[in-house]
Amino acid sequence: MNKMKLSITGDKVFKNTTMLFAFFVFALVFLMAYEMVRGSELSLRHFGWKFLTTTTWDPVADEYGALPFIFGTLASSLLALVIALPLSIGVAIFLSELAPRWLERPVSFLVELLAAIPSIVYGLWGIFVLVPWLRNSVEPGLIKSFGYLPLFKGVPYGFGMLAAGIILAIMIIPIISSISRDVLQAIPKTQREAALALGATKWESTKIVLADGKSGLLGATLLGLGRAVGETMAVTMVIGNRSEISASLLDPGHSMASVIANEFAEATTDMYTSSLIEIALILFAVTIILNVIARLIVWSMTKKFKTT
Amino acid sequence: MKNREFRNHHWRKSKNTIMTTLSILSVLIAVIPLFLIFFYTLAQGISALNIDFFIHMPKPVGENGGGMANALMGTAILIGLGCLFGLPISIFAGIYLAEYGNNAFGQTVRFFTDVLSGVPSIVVGVVAYILVVIPMKQFSALAGGVALAILMIPTATRTTEEMIKLVPPSYREAALAIGIPQWKATLRIILPTALKGITTGILLAIARAAGETAPLLFTALGNRFWSTNIYHPMASLTVFIYDYAKAPFDDWNRQAWGAAFVLIVLIFIVNITFRYVTRGRYADNQN
Amino acid sequence: MIETLQMPSILSESFETDTKLETKNVNAFFGKTQALRNVSLRIQKNHVVAIIGPSGCGKSTFLRCLNRMHEVAGGSMNGTILLDGEDIHENDPVNLRRRVGMVFQKPNPFPTMSIFDNVAAGIRLNGMARKNHIAETVERSLQQAALWNEVKDSLSKSGMSISGGQQQRLCIARALAVNPEVLLMDEPASALDPISTAKIEELIYELKKDYTIVIVTHNMQQAARVSDETAFFYLGEIIEFDNTKKIFTAPSIKQTEDYVTGRFG
Repeated sequence: MNKMKLSITGDKVFKNTTMLFAFFVFALVFLMAYEMVRGSELSLRHFGWKFLTTTTWDPVADEYGALPFIFGTLASSLLALVIALPLSIGVAIFLSELAPRWLERPVSFLVELLAAIPSIVYGLWGIFVLVPWLRNSVEPGLIKSFGYLPLFKGVPYGFGMLAAGIILAIMIIPIISSISRDVLQAIPKTQREAALALGATKWESTKIVLADGKSGLLGATLLGLGRAVGETMAVTMVIGNRSEISASLLDPGHSMASVIANEFAEATTDMYTSSLIEIALILFAVTIILNVIARLIVWSMTKKFKTT
Repeated sequence: MKNREFRNHHWRKSKNTIMTTLSILSVLIAVIPLFLIFFYTLAQGISALNIDFFIHMPKPVGENGGGMANALMGTAILIGLGCLFGLPISIFAGIYLAEYGNNAFGQTVRFFTDVLSGVPSIVVGVVAYILVVIPMKQFSALAGGVALAILMIPTATRTTEEMIKLVPPSYREAALAIGIPQWKATLRIILPTALKGITTGILLAIARAAGETAPLLFTALGNRFWSTNIYHPMASLTVFIYDYAKAPFDDWNRQAWGAAFVLIVLIFIVNITFRYVTRGRYADNQN
Repeated sequence: MIETLQMPSILSESFETDTKLETKNVNAFFGKTQALRNVSLRIQKNHVVAIIGPSGCGKSTFLRCLNRMHEVAGGSMNGTILLDGEDIHENDPVNLRRRVGMVFQKPNPFPTMSIFDNVAAGIRLNGMARKNHIAETVERSLQQAALWNEVKDSLSKSGMSISGGQQQRLCIARALAVNPEVLLMDEPASALDPISTAKIEELIYELKKDYTIVIVTHNMQQAARVSDETAFFYLGEIIEFDNTKKIFTAPSIKQTEDYVTGRFG
């Protein structure tokens, strides 16, 4: 009788212990939010919503407004998305629709390996290879041919929004394409066979598959965007780190993540630190929202096709 | 009439060819940076590597030579701390998800674990700063370890779960059928069976953590001297790369490449190992 | 139909005194599907009872109900099962399974353990034995499972390194090590070659002296060779239960006769 109690208690204790740790993982997200709200209280109180709309960032006067960084993050991420999205969809189509099995695995692996390279190495490569290339070959050409557009006005620094956008694009292609591939592969084979049986070409059947997977592809895109928004080192190393808003892709800029990376360790006043924490909080909120929406879309999408 | 049909057919076929070509082209464009980065790092990095690089300390500013022994040691200690804090949580949480997680709570935890993996590493660094650096009034390896632990948790938790789920149910049945309590069956039979997969999965999380820079910038900070005190600032491979990449000295830039090379080789080895081990697993499971 | 459930009169006398296991009106469910209907059966001590029937007839489910392994797979049941007159649901399933052991269709030695550790797993993880006791129990169990002579020099080798037939006998030894009273065998020889199968059958004959055995098999010759009584299951119901010889030579129900003579199933 005693032993029986013991084994049942053992099971209960074990289950509850593991559950406690599972709960901790869940609670971590809320703990992080709470700590950052607490840490940015000073600046939240002092600047209010103005923090998001003003452009002054002056540690000497202890005046802080985050607009240039918000703009920089948005601009670099959207630029990255414009470059990465078509390429990623192309890769996903290749992997799920065109490639024979023997080719699919190694190519998938190469693409995933790209995602495993640390951000700092991308940054290093950016500084020493991408930036000089942009400065010497690409940007002078752009200025010459399109310099009349505000988008391409300026001096060829190399460092700037364009470099950040390109490096981010390289970094998010593996994410968007591997999730898109999963989404496309989750769509039942019958959809393609039905189209092909009607005499459709491969591309026409692919179009049907893409239409079916629309929402999942959107989810993949949002996940890629979430990664781009939060990406720090590579961007910090090539974006130029100047807190001004400029219409030109060639001008240096700053992003939310890069200003934290650059200035956090040297923040001298409480208000300065608090403002930087508030930027982290905004970054956290944006990426959490993007992730929640994206994952809900991807989950419901793959679930739908699993059950049918 | 016939002619138009033929032309239409022709156009459809060409469109198909064009789209196929574009798709293959995007694969090439996507994979080219991988080779560019890999071979550039290889070329630049190898010339920077010698024995000194691994066993010597950084030289004072302006002098050539020296190494990054302290940064190697620092990264090892930081990862050790990250594992110490992160792995017990991940493994138990993973066990919960695999063994009891088939309910609304389990689903929620799973969801938030995935969401957590999307939180930028710099934000995690800020949180570790608030949690550890502020109360201790000092930058420390401890704070860096906490940041790395938080970053490792999502990957380690989910791989633990997946690998336990891959263990054939017959082993669990065999254990229960000889009167072993369920929790002991989980710890002593199921977990050891899944260990190979869990270990490589955790190695993957470690490899990722080893490549993190942003969360260390204002937690472990960096240190040009030898230090193994976890309450003090500590050097790391990645922060070393960052500092040396920005520096205006050719020799430092060269050393940054050397460190990047070491890092990439490490990460690729782990990734390929993981790939190899899990492939075997899946094959086992299908038979 | 109902009448057939009553025991033949020749046997009923001894049943009263020597019943080891008894099921009364057992119904088992997996989700909404009912796997067993009203199964009532008495199993005598030191007898071998074979359960036969076409696949999907509930014979494995029935076996699993006897040591509550059906719960592991998410099943549920109602009705009563008595072990030595005690309701098995009144006790902890962990304790029950120590008394009612089980051997599965596919040999499943623990892959991370040696031969010795496999056999010792039950006693060790149950905290049942002292150190010197373990080696003794392992030897006894392996001898009972007729495996000792083949593995005594390689006890530290992996449990996966021996042949399939040896692995299955290892699993039997593992089950015997915790000293059960009843042994449930779920098609224990179906994954084995004929020689290994013969060895297992011989073993069952030997084990009968110390244990009560219930064996599920789809092989009717095997049932005829090893068992004292045979139960024929069909669509979750018990159609006929009787002396094995009678079942295979003169069954009282037409369905049983059709099945044992190979006319259906």
